[in-house]
Amino acid sequence: MMLKKFAKLALCLAPAALMAGCATQKAAPFDYSAFKAAKPASIVVLPPVNNSPEVVAPYSVLAQVSYPLAEAGYYVLPVALVDETFKQNGLTTAADIHAVSTGKLRQIFGADAALYVTIKDYGSSYTVVRSDIIVTASARLVDLKTGAELWNGTASASSAEQNNNSGGGLVGALVAAAVKQIIASTTDASHPIAGVASQRLLAAGRYNGMLYGPRSDHYATQ
Amino acid sequence: MMNSKLALAAGLAASAVLTGCASKPQILYQWEGYQPQVYQHFKGESPEQPIAVLEKDLPVISAKGGKAPPGYHAHLGYLYSLTGRNGQMVAQFEDEKKLFPESAAYMDFLLKNVKKGAPQ
Repeated sequence: MMLKKFAKLALCLAPAALMAGCATQKAAPFDYSAFKAAKPASIVVLPPVNNSPEVVAPYSVLAQVSYPLAEAGYYVLPVALVDETFKQNGLTTAADIHAVSTGKLRQIFGADAALYVTIKDYGSSYTVVRSDIIVTASARLVDLKTGAELWNGTASASSAEQNNNSGGGLVGALVAAAVKQIIASTTDASHPIAGVASQRLLAAGRYNGMLYGPRSDHYATQ
Repeated sequence: MMNSKLALAAGLAASAVLTGCASKPQILYQWEGYQPQVYQHFKGESPEQPIAVLEKDLPVISAKGGKAPPGYHAHLGYLYSLTGRNGQMVAQFEDEKKLFPESAAYMDFLLKNVKKGAPQ
């Protein structure tokens, strides 16, 4: 009962908060000057560093980063083929791959920028009372010509969002409804949560998020 | 009662979100099975099933007047190479280049290695 009342209140307040959110934001705005000057068009996503206990986590995330980045307007190099290229060159761990020089990456992949992803949480969370699934990942976009960092961000998604929307606000509630549907049709419950986290982390047009790329109609409008 | 009101509020709020900050983004590509098939590959599935899905989805993408996403043709080419079909692999890598000139350097790097490794 209390929960429902709270949810109702949250739903009423959320649009106002979101509308206001367009104009004024709480967090300090990201400095996009380096990003805008570099104008990256293509991105090679490196196999993610995995700090969670789940072995499948990096592949689950890596398989779902192409969508937000490509729909943002970037060319995203084929992630499985890139992973294979590293393996064939003797680089089998993400830590080793993240240590490869930007010059070497540019030489092999011809990409303008590389995305370095680190997974913090993947799977069941011990930090809440219920057994929730949580995925948290951070990313850094690095210019392969200069080695300069162009952007960084962190995002999280949780299965708890489908039970109440206190954490993710209204957007969380809407995402959760979609996630609930996906979970009903798959046994791997963490994978769709990782998809939501990837989308939040890398979709363009979000506050302090990635900028739109050259293949988007919104390119250079931000 | 409460639930229907909630649903209405959620519906109204949703439309506010979609029209509020920015217009609803248009999808640039027809993704079909690309990302799920990449995941299947990572989980160790043999290439035949993903190849079948990606081949089946190509005419679906064309029929919708859409475009395959970045990596789609390159990934299909990679799967072909795993089954020894190097001719088909080369064709897919060329398709990736045609659709996305940004991929040219990497595709050429891969094709060069193929030519070195196997007689064409």
